[in-house]
Amino acid sequence: MNLEPLFNPKSIAVIGVSLSNDRHPANVIFSKNQHRYPVDVFAVNPKGGFLQDETVYSRIADVPAPVDLAVLSVRADMVGDTMADCIKAGVRSAVVISGGFSEMGRGDLQEKLVAIAKEADFPFIGPNCLGIFVPSRFDTLFLPSERMILPQTGSVALVSQSGGILVDQMIKFSGEGIGMSKAISIGNKAVIRELDLLEYFAADSTTKVIAFYVEGFRKNEGRQFVTAAVECSKPIVMLKAGKSPAGQQAVASHTASLAGDYDNFRSALMQHSVLEVANDQELASYCEVLSAYNNPIEGRVAIITGSGGHGAIAVDACSAQGLTVPSLDEIRQKEIIAALSPSVQAIASCRNPIDLTGSAADDDFVAAMRLCCKSGVFDCILVLLLPYIPGITSDLSARLSAIAGRERIPLIAYVPHEEKYAMLIDGFQLNGNPVSPSIEGSVLMAKALSRRKR
Amino acid sequence: MMTQEMMELIEAAGRRGWMMEPAAKRLLELAGCPVPRYAVARSREEAGKAAREIGYPVIAKVVSPTIVHKSDVHGVELGIAGDDELLTAFDRLFALPDCQEVLIEESLRGTELIIGAVMDDQFGPMVMLGIGGTAVEVYHDVALRMAPLKEGDVQAMATSLKARKLIEGFRGQAPIDMEALAACLLRFSLLVMDLEPYIASADLNPVFCSSKGCTIADARFIMKN
Repeated sequence: MNLEPLFNPKSIAVIGVSLSNDRHPANVIFSKNQHRYPVDVFAVNPKGGFLQDETVYSRIADVPAPVDLAVLSVRADMVGDTMADCIKAGVRSAVVISGGFSEMGRGDLQEKLVAIAKEADFPFIGPNCLGIFVPSRFDTLFLPSERMILPQTGSVALVSQSGGILVDQMIKFSGEGIGMSKAISIGNKAVIRELDLLEYFAADSTTKVIAFYVEGFRKNEGRQFVTAAVECSKPIVMLKAGKSPAGQQAVASHTASLAGDYDNFRSALMQHSVLEVANDQELASYCEVLSAYNNPIEGRVAIITGSGGHGAIAVDACSAQGLTVPSLDEIRQKEIIAALSPSVQAIASCRNPIDLTGSAADDDFVAAMRLCCKSGVFDCILVLLLPYIPGITSDLSARLSAIAGRERIPLIAYVPHEEKYAMLIDGFQLNGNPVSPSIEGSVLMAKALSRRKR
Repeated sequence: MMTQEMMELIEAAGRRGWMMEPAAKRLLELAGCPVPRYAVARSREEAGKAAREIGYPVIAKVVSPTIVHKSDVHGVELGIAGDDELLTAFDRLFALPDCQEVLIEESLRGTELIIGAVMDDQFGPMVMLGIGGTAVEVYHDVALRMAPLKEGDVQAMATSLKARKLIEGFRGQAPIDMEALAACLLRFSLLVMDLEPYIASADLNPVFCSSKGCTIADARFIMKN
C-alpha cells in the first residue's frame, strides 16, 4: 500500500462541505488549507454551488484536477459509496473524519469500508479520526486555526489512537519547542494501523523519532508491531493507556493472574526496545531529546549548577534512574577551580555535582563546561541553570551550546520555563540542545538517551 | 515439534479443561524439559514398588480430575522416608474426592521458582519466570517475555527480578545453575509456541533449582475453552 499520497498530497478534495454552516468540520478543513497551506483544495457537495467564492463540485469526478487526498466528512452510511466514487475517480488516498462505525456498534459499516479499500489497494486513515497534520504542508484537523497552537517543522512523527491526545501533544510540543514531521490521529484504524505507520516512518527521511499513543492492539497485532520495531533503527516511543487490570481474572492459574494484559504489554515492549513512557510529559521529554541526539549514552552524567540543592536533587534523580554521577579526581577538580573567577574559587565545589554557587558568572559556567567535556569522564552534561543568579547573562546558554556542539557531548539543560527567561531557553533550544522545565525532567532526558538502542 | 503422544495427551486434557499432573509431566518430558523421576500407583502394592524404584525419600500427590489446587485439600505428602509412612500417605490421598491414582516422585531440594505461560491476545505466547511458592501472587515479582525466548533472555529475566539474589546466591548458598535454568526455559518456550492453539495458560510451580540443576516439581496446563 503506497502511503505517499496521504502524507505528501499536492491536491486535496474535502467531501461534505456545508453550504450553510461555516463551522462544519469539512468547512474548517477546506478553509484552513485554502488559506494557510501550499496545496490545491477542492470542495465537494452534491448540491454544488459556491463556498467563499470557490466552486463546490457536486461529484468528486467533476473536480478538474487529479486528487491525491480526499477528506471524507459525510454521514457514516454514505462513506462507503463516497469512497467507491473516489476510487473510481482516481483519487489516491483518503482520511475518513466521519464517526458512527465500530465505535458506535456499527462494525458492519466499517467492514464494508475495509472491503472497498482493500480490493482497490486504497489507503485511508480512520474512520472516526482527526486525520493528518504536516507542518507547513497541510492539515486535516477540523479545529479552527485561531484555536490551535501548532508545533514547528521538525523530526518527530506522532501517531495517536486518540485525536484529543494528539492535539494536546501538539500544543505541548509547540510549548517545548519540539518540532514535528507528521501528526496522525488514526481513529478506528480500520485499514492503516500502527504497524503500517511504523514501517512508513522507518523509511521516511524527515522523521527521526516515531512516537505512539496506544490504547490497545487487535489480536496478535502487538506481536507484529514489536517484531517490526526491532528492525527499525529509529527510536520508538510509546505511551500506553488502559493499564489497570480488566476485571476479575480466572484463578485457575497463577500465571494468568500474574501476567495481566498490561504486564504482557510492558514486557513485550521492553523486550523489543520500544521505549515505553509513563505519561504525556515523559513522552514530550523523550521526543525532544531523542530528536536532538542520535547516539546512545552509557549514562555517566556531569551536573553543573549554581545551587547545591539543585545538584543534590539531580543526583538523587540520576541514581533512581540508574544513571551514574562519577566523581572527578583531585587533579581534574583543581583544574576546574583554577579556571574559575577568584571570587568563586574559594566557595565552588567541583567533585560532581559541580556547584559554582550563586556568585558564579557566565565565564565560570563556560570553564566548567569546557573542562567537563575534556575530562573524558562523562558522556552527558546536565546544566541546571538558575537565571536569577546575578552574574549570569542571557548569552550563557548559546555559549554552552557552542561548546557541546564542538565537543560532541549531549547537553541537557534545566531552566525554569518562564517568559522572562525565554532568551536563555532559546539559546539552548535553537542551537539543538533540549531544555526541561524541571530538574527531574532533565534527568529523564538523559535516561531516554541511555535507553536508546545501541 | 509435536509428536503423536503429545497430541493424545492434549486431546485428553481438552475434554476436561485442564491437564492432570502425570500427563503434564509426560508432556514436558517429551518436550525435553527436566522432570523428576515419577510413577503413578493405583494400589498400595504399586505405590511401594514405585517408591523403592525411585528411592526414598519420596513425595506422594493426589491425582484427581476434580482437584486443581492440590495444596488446598492437603493433597501432597512430602519427605516420605519408608514403606510404613508411604502406605499411610497412600491410603489418605486415595480417599480424597475422585482420586484415581497417586503420583510418587523423588524428593527435590533447591530454590523454588515459578515458570509459566499465557496466551496474550495482543502479543501471543508469553513466558514468565518468578520466585515460586504459594505467595507468588502476593509479591508479584515476575519477569515476562514473548516466546520463543532467545539466548540471553533468561539471564535478563532473572536479573530483572527484585529477588534476583535468591537466584544469584544468597547467605552462602551457591548460585543457581543458570545454564540449566536457561535450557529449561528455552525448551519450555518452544513447547509453548507449539501449544498456542490448545492451552490458555501453564504453571510450572514450583521448579526446584540449585547449583546442580533445575527440575519441574509440579505442572499444570489450563486448556482453551
